[in-house]
Parts: sequence; C-alpha cells; structure tokens
Amino acid sequence: MMDALGEPQGVLVLGGSSEIAIATVLALPRGRLRRVVLAGRPSPALDEAVATLNKAMIPGVEVMDFDASDTSQHADVVDRAFDGGDIDVALLAFGLLGDQAAAEADPDAAVEVATVNYTGAVSVGLRVAARLRQQGHGTLVVLSSVAGDRARRSNFVYGSTKAGLDAFAQGLGDALHGTGARVLIVRPGFVRTKMTTGLDEAPMTIDPQDVAKIIVTALRKGKETVYAPGPLRFVMAGLKSVPRPLFRKLPL
Amino acid sequence: MSTMTSPLERLPGERTLTGWGRTAPSTAVVRAAMSVDDIRASITSAGGRGILARGLGRSYGDAAQSGGATVLDLSAMDRIELDVAAGTATVGAGVSLDAVMRALIPHGWFVPVTPGTRMVTVGGAIAADVHGKNHHRDGTFGSHVQSMTLVDGRGEVRVLDQVSTPTEFWATVGGMGLTGVITEATFDLIPITSSRISVDTVRTRDLDHVMDLMLSGDDAYRYSVAWVDSVHPSGRGVLTRGDHAGAERLTGAAAQDPLAFDPKVLASAPPLIPNGLVNPLTMRAFNEAWFRKAPKQRDGELQHIAEFFHPLDIVQDWNRAYGPQGFLQYQFAVPDAAGQLVGEALAALRGVGALSALTVLKRFGAANPGPLSFPQPGWTLAVDVPAGVDGLGPVLDRLDEQVLAAGGRLYLAKDSRMSPAMMAASYPRLAEWQRQRDAMDPDGVFTSDLARRLSL
Ligand SMILES: Cc1cc2nc3c(=O)[nH]c(=O)nc-3n(C[C@H](O)[C@H](O)[C@H](O)COP(=O)(O)OP(=O)(O)OC[C@H]3O[C@@H](n4cnc5c(N)ncnc54)[C@H](O)[C@@H]3O)c2cc1C
Ligand SMILES: NC(=O)c1ccc[n+]([C@@H]2O[C@H](COP(=O)([O-])OP(=O)(O)OC[C@H]3O[C@@H](n4cnc5c(N)ncnc54)[C@H](OP(=O)(O)O)[C@@H]3O)[C@@H](O)[C@H]2O)c1
Repeated sequence: MMDALGEPQGVLVLGGSSEIAIATVLALPRGRLRRVVLAGRPSPALDEAVATLNKAMIPGVEVMDFDASDTSQHADVVDRAFDGGDIDVALLAFGLLGDQAAAEADPDAAVEVATVNYTGAVSVGLRVAARLRQQGHGTLVVLSSVAGDRARRSNFVYGSTKAGLDAFAQGLGDALHGTGARVLIVRPGFVRTKMTTGLDEAPMTIDPQDVAKIIVTALRKGKETVYAPGPLRFVMAGLKSVPRPLFRKLPL
Repeated sequence: MSTMTSPLERLPGERTLTGWGRTAPSTAVVRAAMSVDDIRASITSAGGRGILARGLGRSYGDAAQSGGATVLDLSAMDRIELDVAAGTATVGAGVSLDAVMRALIPHGWFVPVTPGTRMVTVGGAIAADVHGKNHHRDGTFGSHVQSMTLVDGRGEVRVLDQVSTPTEFWATVGGMGLTGVITEATFDLIPITSSRISVDTVRTRDLDHVMDLMLSGDDAYRYSVAWVDSVHPSGRGVLTRGDHAGAERLTGAAAQDPLAFDPKVLASAPPLIPNGLVNPLTMRAFNEAWFRKAPKQRDGELQHIAEFFHPLDIVQDWNRAYGPQGFLQYQFAVPDAAGQLVGEALAALRGVGALSALTVLKRFGAANPGPLSFPQPGWTLAVDVPAGVDGLGPVLDRLDEQVLAAGGRLYLAKDSRMSPAMMAASYPRLAEWQRQRDAMDPDGVFTSDLARRLSL
C-alpha cells in the first residue's frame, strides 16, 4: 500500500533492465518498499539491474521472465506479479528505438519496433490496468516520448509507435478515472541511456536520474502527464504548431 | 455497442475512500447493510479483496478503507434503546455517538467515553477502542461494553462479552474491524443531572508546568486534557479539567432545562475554510490566539458538553483546510519515565516546520486486556501535521524509534505511515491477536488498507 506520505510498498517494472526505470526505483522513497518485481528478458543488463538494486539495499527484488513481443505470456506474468502482493507503482518501461533507415529498408525490423512499443504495451498495459483497478489503487507509469508528439522524418517509425502508445495511455487513464487506479504518462526528450548510446545528443539532453526525479514528484502530486525535462512541454507545443512544409525542412 | 462488460468499468456503488486525513485514497464498492442477514450475505459472497465495515471515517489514516473490497456502511442499523434500570444503552453499530448523545442526554445519561469528536460510530468506537479525556479514571470505550453482537468471518452471528468469551471480545475491542462486523453493542452509561461540565482552566507556562500539574492533580478530575502551543518553543498551553456539573449549579434560563443538548453545526468547509488555509502563518496566529483566549486561571466555569468535549465539531469538514495533500495525526503513548519524549517530539516537528493547530497532551490510566488496544499508563501526545511537509517522513521514523525504545506505541486509528516492523515491535502481542483473529476469520475475509500496509 502507498502510505500517507506517498511511500510505496510494491513496485513492478516491465522492461526490468531499463535504465530510466532502475533510476526511478532508486529515486522512489524506499523506507516502506518491500517488493520490487523486475520483469524483463534475461540478459546481462537485467542481472546488472538486480545487482544495482541489491547494492542499494532495495528489499524484495524479484525477477520474472517477460518478453513484450510474446503477448501470450503477458496474462501469466501480470497475475504472478499481482498475486504476490499489491502493486502501488507499475512502470511500463520497455521500448525499442530501432534504426529508421534499417526499418525503411527492412519493414520486418519496423514491425518489431511496433510490436514491442505498441502491441506489447497494449497487451500488458490492459492487463496491468485491470489488476490495478481490481485492487482499487495504484499507478501505471507509461514511458512515452516526445517523439510521439509529432512524427519526424528521421525516426517516424519509433515516433509513430510512441504516438500510438501515448494515445492508448491517455484513453486508459480516462477509462480508469474514478476506479482508484491511475495512469501517469511520461514524455522524455533525449535521455542518456543504452538506448541512445552513440547518437548525437539533442538540446535539453538529460540523465535517467533526472527523469526519475520528475516521475517521483509527479507520482506524489498525482499528475497525469509530465515532460522530462519539464520545459519540453512548451518546445513541443511550439513544434506541433509548425506547418508541415516548414517542419519538413527543420533539422530534427 | 459491445455486449461485453469491461473489467475497467466502474462498478455500481464504487467510491473512493480516505480517512479523515484525506491521504492515500483507494476505491471500493460501498454497500449499505440493512440487517444482520445482509451482512452475513455480504460475508459469504465476499470476493477476493474481502470485506470491511466502515463507520464515519473519522480514523485519520487507512483503517476504514480497503481497495477493491466491499465496504459495509451500517448507518441504517440505527436502533438506540435505553435500559434505565441497568443504566445501559443497546445501540446499533452504525449509530453515531452524536445521535446517542442527542437521544440520551435529555434523559440524564451520558456515554462512558467520548473521543474529541461526536461524529464516530459505536462500531468504530469499539473497533479502535477509543479513549476520551477520562481515560486516567475510566479506561477506554471497549471496557464499558457489556456485550456486543458480531458477524464473524464464517458469517456466524456471535454475542461476545467480557466474561464468557473474553478472547473474542478483546480481540474485537481494538481489532480495527478485522475480527468481524459488529452489529450492535450494549454499554454502560454515566448518570448526569445537567448537560454541563464544571471546568477548571489553567494557562500553563511550559511543558514542565503542565506535566507537573497533570501528574499531581489529574486524579482529582474525571476529565482532563491539555492543549499545547506547537509553535512556541516553551510548549506553553492550556490545561482544562472538569467533572459533570450537578443541575443545582445552573441558574436562570439554563436551570429550566438543565439537560438540554442540541449542539449546532456550521455547514461545510469549502465556503468557510479555503483549501490550504493551514500554513505556517495561520498556524502561528492560531496558536497565539488559542493561548491568549484562555484565562490565566478560572475555576468552576460551566461549559456545555459539546463545548468541552467536541469544540471541533462546530465546523463540518474542517479537515479540508489542509489542502489536497492532506494531513496526518501522529499520536503516541509512552510510559511516565519517557515523558521527555513529549518535548522532543514537538521540537523535532518544529524543526521541519510541521506546525500544528491541534496538539493534545493527556494522561493514560491502566491498559485493558485487548492485545491491540492502544492506551497504556503514562503520557499520550497527539499532533496534527500536514502530509506535504518536506522531510516529515524521516523525522517521524526517528520518533518511532524513540517511542519504541521507550516501550511506547502509536495509535492505529491515527496511523497512516508507520512501518510493519514498528507495528510488530511496539505491539508485542500482535502475534497472539493474529492467532485469535485467524480463528474468528479463518479465510481472511476481513481486511483493510491498514491491514495490508502493516501486515496485520
Ligand atoms: C477530530 C477528531 C478527534 C478525535 N479524537 C479522538 C480521541 O480523543 N480519542 C480517540 O480514541 N480517538 C479519537 N479520534 C479517532 C476516532 O475516535 C476513531 O478513529 C474512531 O474509530 C472513528 O470512528 P468511526 O465511526 O469514524 O470509524 P471509522 O474511522 O469509519 O473506522 C475505524 C475502524 O473501525 C472499524 N469499524 C467501524 N465500524 C465497525 C463495525 N460496525 N464493526 C467492526 N469494525 C468497525 C473500521 O473497519 C476501522 O478499522 C478522533 C478523530 C477525529 C477526526
Ligand atoms: N533514452 C531516451 O532518450 C528515451 C527518450 C524517450 C523515451 N524513452 C523511453 O523510455 C523507456 C525506457 O528506455 P531507457 O532509456 O531506459 O532505455 P533502455 O535502458 O534501453 O531500456 C529499454 C528497455 O526495454 C527493454 N526491451 C526491449 N525490447 C523488449 C522486449 N521485447 N521485451 C522486454 N523488454 C524489452 C530492454 O531490455 P532488453 O535488454 O531485453 O532489450 C531495455 O531494458 C523506453 O520505452 C523508451 O522508449 C527513452
């Protein structure tokens, strides 16, 4: 249960090795934490995430096999996570950036990005929402992206999956209104993680710890949508109103 | 339109519930129970998230809510019956002490124990085993219960009393609704001849002053409580003590109807109290004014029962003044030997700017046999603090450790943030109570957010 000071006891991470998610777990108030479930594909990165949490003395770390693109196993993973105790915060953090040129050359690669980022999220998101709603409390944090605010020539495959995910999360949040369960949509800009290693940094680039802080504050205040960093909200509002002939020519 | 029902859809009767502090909401289906049979039916058909009885939601934290569960509202079970010969009342568990007082005071009977608000139900008063200003003399509400009817976890109706079923009785008194649904109780009354209290008031210089006066003089009074200025470092305050006044004390118009009892309530906070009214500035002003308003010393002043016991009940929904982040009440009990914790706690809270309007100091008398009953001999301090204060969590965690080291504990009816470890360590009879509870509710039908949070 979340307590009066906003301290959670049960946390679920979908995409257990996500650097943003692990930074968020570390930034949550930890005085009352007793169970953190990392659901992800077995990998050295996932082992490292477990080690990081253990080193930080986070109690009750559990690992569950979870592949976003294998929707047939989602029901089972979600049930096991929730049957082990109430989940106060669920982070939907998995995602694939993919390579735009590769995706254009090989549509199967684009399909994989779409399957993980959108189809997988819809599948597991609805199941998590149903369980949160059944327990009458808890927040699903959805890692969307500013890339979904407006599709760009340079990464519209990824951007379109995030646009879909974002619209899905908005509708889900509205559906859950009044049920005690909630959805928090997070729209980061460029964050330094293994997803963006080797890419040129964009203006307003931040670290996973910065996103984590924004998420924790938003959870405490019961926000529905946040940008990371916050001022990106205004940048994106501006970009969204740029006419397409001009937008096309912007170096984005 | 689809003919499927979505698992996300809101259910009929679903409501978002919080305690008086308006923190940590959860949603449950609230069902009005009209009869014992209704309650039995709800219990035997309970879903996986269980069942919980809720009174008037005056516990501060998450005791009277249970996310995803069915929450029973017993306000329709409103019988009030007076047995003049026995000096007892038999009352439906959903009846408020306000209603009991309005019905019985005009007949010359008062409740054995009243908390600082009348807006609690008899069920809530037993489940939390509430105390009043007379604890040092008369003990808790539960100890005045002659018998009660309870529907247990199997849906069986049981009559519990202190003599023939002491284990089940005392597991239920202070059991926070987790042993069953109380449907009715018979409790002792205090005979009175007027609705007034004869009150002695002293303005106290500092904590030592008030604590000395209470240690040396409380036994001479049935009722005693001290308000402490949480802003002023001295811990100055106002000590008020009293006894029921005989009708012969009343003069003039009051003497015509010495048992009159019809307290007024000013409607609803939003128009009266702006959201976020509570801030350091207003808290300073409030504490100063409250201290100044009291006479330096005054003996034998006649105060109305409502004025003496329930000054806060005049304004409805005053809890909204704390704004959207809500507030909590930190209440601990410690033995006399740890009296210094009172001052240390106030200093620690002042240290993070957690200023309180309502800081109350009392002496507790003997404990009763209830394994989870809160009062134990010594001091009890209750402090209201806004939940949004930065750094509050660590300060309260440190205070918890001090309270625990002193052999003290926190009040479950007020708690909204202690750790399960603190709970288990400070209530050493928790395991014994859990065994008794398991016997009364073998399938774990009764649960609450509090129970989940603290692993009760
Ligand atoms: C302004 C104020 C002043 C207060 N002063 C005092 C004080 O001086 N002393 C004191 O002891 N307390 C005090 N309290 C706390 C209050 O007395 C208790 O929290 C009390 O339990 C509230 O009763 P309720 O009917 O609102 O119960 P709720 O808050 O609705 O429920 C409290 C608990 O009782 C259980 N319960 C309720 N009805 C039943 C039932 N029929 N069967 C089984 N379980 C049931 C619930 O499940 C829950 O665990 C104060 C509270 C406020 C807001
Ligand atoms: N970094 C940024 O700049 C940025 C900006 C905006 C939004 N975001 C979003 O933020 C979220 C977290 O990203 P991050 O920055 O923390 O990057 P990250 O560390 O790379 O995390 C992404 C995670 O997704 C997991 N994942 C990928 N495919 C999966 C699958 N099929 N099944 C299960 N898990 C899978 C990865 O695990 P594997 O090891 O199994 O691949 C990885 O742990 C993502 O949704 C991302 O789109 C990131």
